[in-house]
Amino acid sequence: MSLHNNPSEANAFTRRQFLTTGLTLASASVAVPMFLQRSAFGLPMAAPGMSSIPGVNEDRILVVCQLSGGNDGLNTVIPFRDDNYYRVRPGIGLRGEDQLLELSKVGAKGSEGVALHRGLAGIKNLYDEGMCAVVQGVGYPNPNRSHFKSMDIWQTADMSGTGDGWLGRYVDAECCGYGKGESGQPDGSQTIYPPIAIGRTAPLALEGRSVKPVAFETPDLFRWMGADVHDSLVEPYQRIAEQGVTEGTDPESNAAFLMRTTLDAQVSSDQIRKAVEQRPLVNYPGSALGRQLQMVGSMIRAGLKTRVYYVTHGGFDTHSGQGGAFGRHAQLLGQFADAMNAFYRDLKAQENDGRVLSMCFSEFGRRVSQNASGGTDHGTAAPMFLLGPMVNAGVVGNHPSLTNLDNGDLKFGIDFRSVYADVLERWLGTKDSSQILEGRFRATRVVKA
Amino acid sequence: MVVSTAGEQGHTARTGPTDARADEAPTHLKPIPPRRFGYEQARHLLLRAGFGGTPTQIQTLAGWGPEKAVDYLIEYDAVPVEAPGADEFDKGIMRPPTRAEQEAYRAAQRARDENALAQFRLRRQQSQRQDRQQMGELQRWWLARMIETPRPLQEKLTLFWHGHFATSYRTIENSYHMYLQNQLYRAHAAGNFGDLLFQVIRDPAMLKYLDNDESSARQPNENLARELMELFSLGEGAYSERDIKEGARALTGYTFEDDAFVFNEANHDRGAKRILGASGSLDGDGFCRAILAQRACPEFIASKLYRFFARHVPTNPRDQDRTTKAIVKQLAGTMIKARYELRPVLRQLFLSEHFYHPTVVGEKIKSPTELVVGAVRSMNTPVRDLAILNDALNLMGQNLFYPPSVKGWDGGRSWVNTSTMFVRQNILAFLLTGKKPVGYDALADENTYDPTPLLAELEKGDPGASSDPAKAVDYLLRLTLGSAPEHARQTLTTFVNEHGGVRPPVLTGALLLVTAMPEYQLC
Repeated sequence: MSLHNNPSEANAFTRRQFLTTGLTLASASVAVPMFLQRSAFGLPMAAPGMSSIPGVNEDRILVVCQLSGGNDGLNTVIPFRDDNYYRVRPGIGLRGEDQLLELSKVGAKGSEGVALHRGLAGIKNLYDEGMCAVVQGVGYPNPNRSHFKSMDIWQTADMSGTGDGWLGRYVDAECCGYGKGESGQPDGSQTIYPPIAIGRTAPLALEGRSVKPVAFETPDLFRWMGADVHDSLVEPYQRIAEQGVTEGTDPESNAAFLMRTTLDAQVSSDQIRKAVEQRPLVNYPGSALGRQLQMVGSMIRAGLKTRVYYVTHGGFDTHSGQGGAFGRHAQLLGQFADAMNAFYRDLKAQENDGRVLSMCFSEFGRRVSQNASGGTDHGTAAPMFLLGPMVNAGVVGNHPSLTNLDNGDLKFGIDFRSVYADVLERWLGTKDSSQILEGRFRATRVVKA
Repeated sequence: MVVSTAGEQGHTARTGPTDARADEAPTHLKPIPPRRFGYEQARHLLLRAGFGGTPTQIQTLAGWGPEKAVDYLIEYDAVPVEAPGADEFDKGIMRPPTRAEQEAYRAAQRARDENALAQFRLRRQQSQRQDRQQMGELQRWWLARMIETPRPLQEKLTLFWHGHFATSYRTIENSYHMYLQNQLYRAHAAGNFGDLLFQVIRDPAMLKYLDNDESSARQPNENLARELMELFSLGEGAYSERDIKEGARALTGYTFEDDAFVFNEANHDRGAKRILGASGSLDGDGFCRAILAQRACPEFIASKLYRFFARHVPTNPRDQDRTTKAIVKQLAGTMIKARYELRPVLRQLFLSEHFYHPTVVGEKIKSPTELVVGAVRSMNTPVRDLAILNDALNLMGQNLFYPPSVKGWDGGRSWVNTSTMFVRQNILAFLLTGKKPVGYDALADENTYDPTPLLAELEKGDPGASSDPAKAVDYLLRLTLGSAPEHARQTLTTFVNEHGGVRPPVLTGALLLVTAMPEYQLC
């Protein structure tokens, strides 16, 4: 239940760091044969020798970037050689070298006659550096066109959109043994690093049954606010929060659990706020997504052991006045690409880029034909972006046909759960993702083995 | 009754959980002797059978003794309360399209009239938006009701049933149906479990949530049949896969139109069935009767009630300790004798010596709802802003009407992590001081909170004590934590002394510190 850093990295032995060390030792005192649980769920041990990328820290990180509102995939990854595109998008279609960033052949992957929207220059730049895979035509059977329902489906990886989040299940499986009847509750015997969402509430995707995510809009929220009421409260509060388990308290009792969690919260709050206060190594754009990714970059740089981060970029519900090469949609894509590009430049400067895979998705694409208000309505399949040097850069899958449609919508070619299987098995180290995804999906193999 | 300031009554008996475990709770349900029912016991009863009480309320119940206090809480029908009206909420927002509208829609589809279709979609989205707004109103309405009700046990049980027969608005997308279900649980809160079960398989929200509205004789859907046994009545392993299949057939045709249950005979499977030992052309009621005839049913319900009101024990008998098994067995026996009436069961539990044992008292982690409602009810803080309180419930993992799955909320330690711990502390800071959590407008709520009335009872019993920092701190700790641990007493007495003694802002500061203590999360 802690976010705290590895104490061995501490140079100065301050009271705070002493507390951190003490806490780790206290947490480890109740020995649990963890390997039994782990192997039972196909999760490898975090043991030496497992490292697949020499010189890279084994602590792999996943950053999920959610494009909320339904991103218009057809104006994101554009089949510019297909005349049908210009027929269905007479007003908002993009054309010409100035507006289209053609995806040249990278490695073994073909470009398939598609180009990125000109707003995605920051993504194109990553693509050219071998750090971007574009997965085309991603969706799921019987697509739901409600924002809420479809988002729930993506976040739970369950076709009814109910149950725990897929990443919540992953973290549960890693720490507490997901799927064994009555859910295992954290017993305080292991240090758990809950996923962090930047936002007021955590997305369903991160909600596990045992492990609950940490969510904050700014780290300023992740702390006790009583301190703002009067200065005189700060010192006694610290004494309370940092006292840990008081003498005479049964270490297995709820009281001891709460005392440990209070101490953990205090330590991680301090740590996160300290991390985020640092100036980043590169300049981030001032957009909301830029600020979110800057925070994530700072936390990674500070050595937080969190493995899953979640950021959100909203506003993609472009029913009217969507614009083409310029305008609202272009602006949203530009913000997305610029923030992601800055994030990877930051990670590179930190030498952490090899540890961080980013996965970007939207709950659905939009209808093939533009509507009467110069916008597009809710549709189905759309592209995903996977970013980082560990991806097999290039374009994956075929662009869905613009003529062979399902009720005016694109037919999906790749089930999003195959991409999840890829992320789980080939990046996060889950041996068999079928337990977490509640079904067997062949990994897309976008992540390098 | 004279209120002692320190060390005199029951709380000295709390020598810490280690000792308490060595000396386990009694395995019987003999009533607590009236002489051992004092302030601590009355406080515990109010916290568990309700949402906590003010010192005056605690004192009153302590004065009444266990019998009268428990009866007052359980026989809540005698307490007048404003009944919510049928028109409390708008039932028309999500009404299904009329026949004419359906035809117009189909015509637009045939004609591929994109504009008309877009209009239909837009109207539907508008209704959905309006309904989500009403859902927010319903959440705040229930929260206010829990805070204000003179029948705390009725609302507490409504919350219990909401977690037991869990149904989420995320799937239902009809706030009026969620309201109807909430009213159903309220009406049967401490009534008869059998009656409630018969009603639950007729509840529109439940029928929709577990897909029974799409179940037919030709294609029975097993979802409701399975959960009806696994989660609602018998527990895992007390039935066979065949019982599920046959049970699903029994439930075919149980659906709803608009806001009411409808038995669709054409979709019902009238054939012979065999479920849990009962046979015949069973329908949903026959299925429920077969369930209620199982010994596993009263035991499962008794253990769920015990888990909710007493100790967070596993519901599966295989995982229960000896004491729990013995207690559950006795509660189940009472339930059988009472033909599933719940009041005798609750009465037996709340009156028992077992219920007031140190392994039970102060050992439960407050649910987010218990935390927020309990703070207002016991410290008498202003309510300030129901929307902010409701947001906090969500952030703490208990978004009312949106349980995470049909299993409801796990409760216990799963409520607490580093993130929810701050939300828990900060929402208390908001209630006590009006300082809004970051993210809301920066203006603090202007209502000032005066905690000094909390000391009125102390002053009555011991004139002058309420201006003595040590005595005042001790008294507040016993109200908020149930005991006055040494480290807390020291920190707070020093704080009060250093800032000019017992006066309103200093007391509020002291309460801010108390509510930030890990122990405050327990009840």
